[in-house]
Amino acid sequence: MKEDKKKVVIIDYQLGNLYSVKQACDTVGMNVVVSSEKEDILTADALILPGVGAFIEAMNNLEKLDLIDVIKRKVNSGSPLFGVCLGLQLLFTKSEEFGSGNGLDLIHGTIKKFPVKIDERKIKVPHITWNQVCKFNNSWGETPLRELKNSEFMYFIHSYYVHPDNDSCILTNTNYDGIDFCSSVIQNNIFATQFHPEKSADKGISIYKNWALINNLI
Amino acid sequence: MKTTRIIPRLDIKGPNLVKGIHLEGLRVLGKPADFAKFYYENGADELMFMDVVASLYERNSLHDIISETAKQKFIPITVGGGLRTISDIKSVLRAGADKVCLNTAAIKNPDLIRTASRKFGSSTIVIAIEAIKEENGKYLAYTDNGREYTGIDVFEWAQKVDELGAGEIVITSVDNEGTGQGFDLDLISKISSLVSIPVIAHGGAGTKQHVVDLIKENTTDAVMLSSLFHYQFIKDNEAKISSKEGNVEFLKQKRNFHTFEPCSIKDLKNTLVENKIECRI
Repeated sequence: MKEDKKKVVIIDYQLGNLYSVKQACDTVGMNVVVSSEKEDILTADALILPGVGAFIEAMNNLEKLDLIDVIKRKVNSGSPLFGVCLGLQLLFTKSEEFGSGNGLDLIHGTIKKFPVKIDERKIKVPHITWNQVCKFNNSWGETPLRELKNSEFMYFIHSYYVHPDNDSCILTNTNYDGIDFCSSVIQNNIFATQFHPEKSADKGISIYKNWALINNLI
Repeated sequence: MKTTRIIPRLDIKGPNLVKGIHLEGLRVLGKPADFAKFYYENGADELMFMDVVASLYERNSLHDIISETAKQKFIPITVGGGLRTISDIKSVLRAGADKVCLNTAAIKNPDLIRTASRKFGSSTIVIAIEAIKEENGKYLAYTDNGREYTGIDVFEWAQKVDELGAGEIVITSVDNEGTGQGFDLDLISKISSLVSIPVIAHGGAGTKQHVVDLIKENTTDAVMLSSLFHYQFIKDNEAKISSKEGNVEFLKQKRNFHTFEPCSIKDLKNTLVENKIECRI
């Protein structure tokens, strides 16, 4: 019975493509609603914060929609939240993108831009490609990554990356052309990836499925 | 790690997948959905859909194809052809595209690149540059599938595109496109050396070796291919080719195939790995 299923809200802050996030959720059998409404978020059992686009534009939109407090309240009260790409970055304290701005500060740390050069070697930015996600401190056994093998390829598309103040939340690391960065985090009820699981074929979809299973959403 | 992406390109006219030579003389090869499904299962890193007649009609008509594809195929999808405004871009992103590819509109109004990349994020905005080599050796940018002269120097334009905030450049050698004679290595390496963003090489591959040579000698970040993969798919699926509108006689004769040694994506990636080129397998 669909009515009995827990409700997952994909937060729509009116940027970019929510279509594939919705498709991924539908594919694994979640009961999802795409919404910008405070009321929907308040009554949700779990939240997905997707993201493509610019950090400042995203924070401005969340503010205009008056969603900042309600998201923070939900997460602090223990609701599971899954952040994707920009949705990961928005959880952090502040960003260097287009001048500095403040994020949701649910995880302490900063967002940095990839360097365009290391010594005299040019680094192509944005980082747009499939790249490997590698184990860091945490085991993947009880996390949404449990069906992945170490160094699995996932799809990345971003110019900025997160630098948590405390290593303990880092779930995976990725190396792009000599630069190591944090490619996913887990902290209590928050799970978030810099890569796009919904763009990473079957293994990516397994992340949605396992996140839903772990949080009893399907 | 730095992996090179392999991107099949699907040129679409109405309901059909087509392929031309020098971006012109389009022939119908079949149904886009059949090809897209095979490429997804065969390990494509992304898919590129180009509405090749959209610029003529000034509208992109791929929304249905995109939505249908994005329902089951969980890899990035780029859409191009006839996108003119912020609202055009928004509407294909809403239909399920991850990135948009602009050429004509960007040349007519370069500021669109800046506005769009601010709004949707740099990495969403891909600029296609169609280059033709003039008799004096200069490369000039064209629009509308290599038909419309602009007089703009390709290398200056590429740098400007980068400065305006685009996320990637697709560089097409119109001279080599569809011929199977190999990539224009000078053009691609020069573009890549001038910009700070990823460059996708397109136009001319006839064999796997052409792709190996390109990646080994250049600094390209991705390769966009069509004939090589389309012709392999047709060879493997002759019985199943489902388009009634297709140029059946042409496909049976395989007149165009002699300059090509078609291969599958998997096959190409195995060859790349044997040549110590990193890619996702």
